[in-house]
Amino acid sequence: MSALTALTIADARAGLAARTFSARELVDAHIAAVEAGRGLNAFVAETFDHARAGADAADARLAAGEGRLLEGIPLAVKDLFCTKGVRSQACSKILEGFAPPYESTVTANLWSAGALMLGKTNMDEFAMGSANVTSADGPVVNPWRRRGEDKPLVPGGSSGGSAAAVAARLCLGATGTDTGGSIRQPAAFCGIVGMKPTYGRCSRWGMIAFASSLDQAGPLTRTVEDAALMLQAMAGHDPRDSTSIDRPVPDYAASLTGSVRDLTIGVPAEYRMEGMPAEIEALWADGVRWFREAGATVVDISLPLTRYALPTYYIVAPAEASSNLARYDGVRYGLRVEGDDPAEMYARTRAAGFGREVRRRILIGTYVLSAGYYDAYYLKAQKVRTLIARDFEAAFESVDAVLTPTAPFAAFAIGEKMDDPIAMYLNDVFTVPASLAGLPAISVPAGLTADGLPLGLHLIARPFDEPTLFRAAGVLESAAAFGHRPPAPGEAEAA
Amino acid sequence: MSIDRDTVLRIARLSRIAMEEDALAPMADELNGILAWVEQLDEVDTEGVEPMTGAIAAALPQREDSAEDGASTDDLLANAPDADDGFFVVPRVVE
Repeated sequence: MSALTALTIADARAGLAARTFSARELVDAHIAAVEAGRGLNAFVAETFDHARAGADAADARLAAGEGRLLEGIPLAVKDLFCTKGVRSQACSKILEGFAPPYESTVTANLWSAGALMLGKTNMDEFAMGSANVTSADGPVVNPWRRRGEDKPLVPGGSSGGSAAAVAARLCLGATGTDTGGSIRQPAAFCGIVGMKPTYGRCSRWGMIAFASSLDQAGPLTRTVEDAALMLQAMAGHDPRDSTSIDRPVPDYAASLTGSVRDLTIGVPAEYRMEGMPAEIEALWADGVRWFREAGATVVDISLPLTRYALPTYYIVAPAEASSNLARYDGVRYGLRVEGDDPAEMYARTRAAGFGREVRRRILIGTYVLSAGYYDAYYLKAQKVRTLIARDFEAAFESVDAVLTPTAPFAAFAIGEKMDDPIAMYLNDVFTVPASLAGLPAISVPAGLTADGLPLGLHLIARPFDEPTLFRAAGVLESAAAFGHRPPAPGEAEAA
Repeated sequence: MSIDRDTVLRIARLSRIAMEEDALAPMADELNGILAWVEQLDEVDTEGVEPMTGAIAAALPQREDSAEDGASTDDLLANAPDADDGFFVVPRVVE
C-alpha cells in the first residue's frame, strides 16, 4: 500500500503545500486503495472522475499558493448526504435511483474548502442501526479481525462504511451523521476518531432526515487534529436550517494545546453497566489515570437519569422518524410499486421500500404518537429528556468534560445480536445521553481487547465547547498512544 | 399496555405500510418487547417537568416570506417514478 494513504489530513496538507506530492498523486493512491478495498463493501458509489478532476484543479491552486483548508484532501461521504447528481439513498431501497438536484450544506462547505469526494459510503438504512447490517446495499466488513480469527466483524453503525473506509485507509476522512451514536460507536469499533458536534453546529440542510431533533453531522478521521480540521470546514450557520446556530466557528485545531491542567474531568458512576467486560472498565480507569498524570482534576459525578436515556431515545427517535419518513410515497422520487389507487400504491411502495428495522421503527413511532398513547409514551419521553439534559447541566457546573467508555463492548460478528432488537440498541447506551442533550462528544481509540479489537473512550462537553472537547481528546489521544491499525486491503495480515 | 394483531394492523394502516396477515402476530410480539422495555420510564417522576422538544433552547429565526432559489420544474421531476407534461403522475383517485 502506498504511504500516501497512511497520512493524516494534517500531514497531507503539509505535503501538498510543500509540493512533496501532488493532489493528483494523493487522489490516485486513494482510488487504488478504494479499488483494493471493495471487499469491505464500504463504498456504495465511486466518484473517481469527480475526484481526479478536482485534484487537477487543486494542484493548480496549490501551485499558485492559493490552497484552502482542505485543498486536495480525498474524503468519503455518507450516503445520507445529498450530493448533486450523485446517488443519495440513505442505503434504502425506497430511494432507489435518487440523485438530488442540489448539494447538502455540509458537503458544499467541504468542497468550498477544497476537499474532494471519492464516493458515497455504506450505512444502516436511514441511519437506523448500530452494525451497518440494515443497509439495502448489504453489510460492511470491519477491517479489523479478532486475533487468529477470520470471521468478518461489523464496523458498527450507522456510519459503518465511513468508519471502515477511514480505518482501512481508503480515504483520509469521511463525513458521518450521529443521531444516537452513529459516528462515535462505529469509530470505536474501527479504532478511529469520531466526533459529534453540538446540535445546531452543522447544518442539517440536505441531510436525509431520521430524527430531526437529534441528527447532527460530524467527521470520522484517524486523529483528533484531523477531526478538528474537518469540522472547521463542515460547521457554520446556514439560514436554510432553522435549527442552525448563528455563532462564529472558532479555530478548532488551535485549541489542541496539549494541556489539560486547568480542566476538571467528571466520571459518572452510572455508566458502570452491569455485565460490561472487565477490559472496558480497565480502559476507563486508564483514561482517568492518563488525565490525572496530565495534570487534570478528575472527580466522580452522578448522572442519575443515565439508565433512562436509551428507552427515552427509542420513543423520541422513532416518533420523529415516523413523521420524517412519511414523505416516501412513491410519487416524487425513488421506488414506486403500483397499486389500483394512491393509498394502495403508498402502502405497497412503503412495504417494499423500507427494510425490517425501518418498518419496525415507523410502526413504534406511529403508535407512540397515536391518539390515546401520546401522553403515556411520547410526552413522557420528552419530559424525561428534559431531566437527562438537566443532569448534564448540573454536572457541567463543576466539570469541563465527562469521560466514559464509548460502547459497552467491542465489534461483534456480522449476524450477531440480530434476533433481539433491544440487544442491538444497547450498542448506543453510552452515546445516546449526549445526543438527547444536544452536547458535543467524541470517541478516541484508546486500547485493544485481549483478542486484539479496538476500544474507544468517550468525552462529552458543554454546548458549543468543541474547543475544550478537542483539547481534552488530544491529550487522551497522546496518552493512549493507540498506534494500532488493521491491515489495509491487500496488505499482509502479519503487517 | 399491550399491542395485539389488530393494533398492528391499525398502526400499519396509519403508517401506510402494507403488511401480510402472517406478519402481524410476530410484529406484535416485537413491538410488545420494545414497549415493555420503554415502560421503565414510568419509574421516573416527571411531575411538573416541561417536555423537551428540541436539543437547543433557541427561538426559531424569522425571515421575509419571499421566493428564494427554488429548483426548476425539470429538476424536481427528474427523479419522479412517473411524470408527464410538468406534473407528477399518480393512479386515478376518483372514478
